Amino acid sequence: MEPGLIFRHTRLCGGRRDASRLYDPSIHFIDFILTENIYLSANCTISDGIVRKDEDILFKNEAPINDFLISAYQYFQLSYPKFYKMDNLSKLGWLTAELLLQNSFDKDDYEPEDIGIVLANANSSLDDDLKYCDTIADIASPSLFVYTLPNIVMGEISIRHRFKGEQALFVQEEFTPGFIYQQVSYLLDNDLLQACICGWVDVIGEAYKSVLFLVEKTKNENAVLFSAENMDKIFNTKAD
Amino acid sequence: MIEEKKAGVFVVADNIYSPIGKTTAENFINLKNNISGVKRHEPGTMSSQPFFVALIGDDDQIIPNIIHTKFERLLIASIDDAVKRAGIDTDKTVLIISTTKGNISLLETEKYTDALKKRIALTTSAGLIANHFGFKQKPIVVSNACISGVLAIITAMRLLRLGTYENAVIAGADVITKFILSGFQSFQALSPGICRPFDRSHDGLNLGEGAGTIILSTNKKYTGNLKLKGGSLSNDANHISGPSRTGEELAYVINRSIEDAGIVKDQTGFISAHGTGTVYNDEMEANAVRIAGVYKVPVNSLKGYYGHTLGAAGLIEAIVSIESLRQGLFIGTPGFEKAPESHPVNASAENRKTDAQNFLKTASGFGGCNAAVIIGK
Repeated sequence: MEPGLIFRHTRLCGGRRDASRLYDPSIHFIDFILTENIYLSANCTISDGIVRKDEDILFKNEAPINDFLISAYQYFQLSYPKFYKMDNLSKLGWLTAELLLQNSFDKDDYEPEDIGIVLANANSSLDDDLKYCDTIADIASPSLFVYTLPNIVMGEISIRHRFKGEQALFVQEEFTPGFIYQQVSYLLDNDLLQACICGWVDVIGEAYKSVLFLVEKTKNENAVLFSAENMDKIFNTKAD
Repeated sequence: MIEEKKAGVFVVADNIYSPIGKTTAENFINLKNNISGVKRHEPGTMSSQPFFVALIGDDDQIIPNIIHTKFERLLIASIDDAVKRAGIDTDKTVLIISTTKGNISLLETEKYTDALKKRIALTTSAGLIANHFGFKQKPIVVSNACISGVLAIITAMRLLRLGTYENAVIAGADVITKFILSGFQSFQALSPGICRPFDRSHDGLNLGEGAGTIILSTNKKYTGNLKLKGGSLSNDANHISGPSRTGEELAYVINRSIEDAGIVKDQTGFISAHGTGTVYNDEMEANAVRIAGVYKVPVNSLKGYYGHTLGAAGLIEAIVSIESLRQGLFIGTPGFEKAPESHPVNASAENRKTDAQNFLKTASGFGGCNAAVIIGK
């Protein structure tokens, strides 16, 4: 590996920032002919030591991430021993999904294959990759290796809730609501799904943020329209 | 409007860049002649035990340089060959990259810093590659374990159906290094020899490196080309590293894909299966094709030729199948003699003539994911 590679990168990889964070400029929303309305039934955000569900802050603990995740799990009196084996990305995503769905979702309204997940993040599974890499020199750890794929968090959520529908994980520099909106609305418009959990789950070291949305075709009393703008607004709401 | 677009997502050009060839044509000749890229390697920096992997080896085109890593050079070499053959407008083209670990080997050689964190990001690789080819649209990165390649194809199909882009360049690759090899060794998932998918003596998988590129377009000038007709995805909701106990979730995806393609089961000429060669996978897939009612359809696995190429697998294997449709020759499954009594499949070591009009490509991966596409005339 060329030693100059790392330094060159910082000049080459300035990249082209989109004029609007909301949308990929090539997406033409007039191309969408929605057959029915789709709603954001609920949302849940976990970042900076705070757990927020819809408008309410449910839990606060400014602790290092490992302690924070366990303390949140215990605070909500969740009962799922597999949680302790997960890496931080899966813990974060699983916890966010758990609280997103609690009191907001009745999965008996749906068949398992009608519920799916569409997620994105920036760092893939790098947080766990680093930890796994440390074990290679001595005895490579299979329990760490299994989490060196970013989609495993969707597997953990699926196993917990028995979601068998379409799923996809994309890696993006930052949360791109226009893209997520397009992917999810395609699935619901075409009846490939009837409900979807979508959003952003990212962890690297002590930096973490997850924002998950519950998207359905039925409108409950607190629902807003599913749109890129609404997701963007919620994503950028300050935690406290 | 979506119905209209369903009529034509055309396959324009493709490339396989692998240990057995730098173009699709070269690869297919070697496959016809039963030449495998999987070789025994002696212990060294990658492993303290001998291992069977398909590695590209010395190749000027993919040596890392000041700008690009080996992983990126591999993708560029593959995309370059495909793009040269296609006549697409790069302004209306989206690049979709499929990979499981990208530049993860940098962790083995570089100190971890903020700069490395940025360099190693899959979006960085995608951006560098898009810049290299002058693709103006922001690239999309799919990283979804072993179904990434098929998922990337499905993502492209849907974006083209929507009219968001006219063309899609879908490229997938993974490079095999100690990181990945050690992980599969820790799972004890590797075969002590060349893998034998679907055979009763199957005993594990091989890994392989390579890249595959498919270019799709809805431009009507490609009418008459093979078409990407349909696809679907699902999750087993069972186990994060073991497959479904029943295979019904993969069967679901097979049925949905056939439906999405607007064909009937009988029109599926052959199946390019995931076929890793592990007992778990092969049994699950055999169950799935039985439940889906396509167990008599000729099936193969190419992993005895390429190893499991992870992020490239869905693409490389779909391209071989595309070539099979074109040439009327369905490639055999090396090492296959007899399936287990309990899990019969219509596999064969020999190449078989085929008059298939459509084929089904399936993939399954860690995290319980399943994917399938239908491509045909």
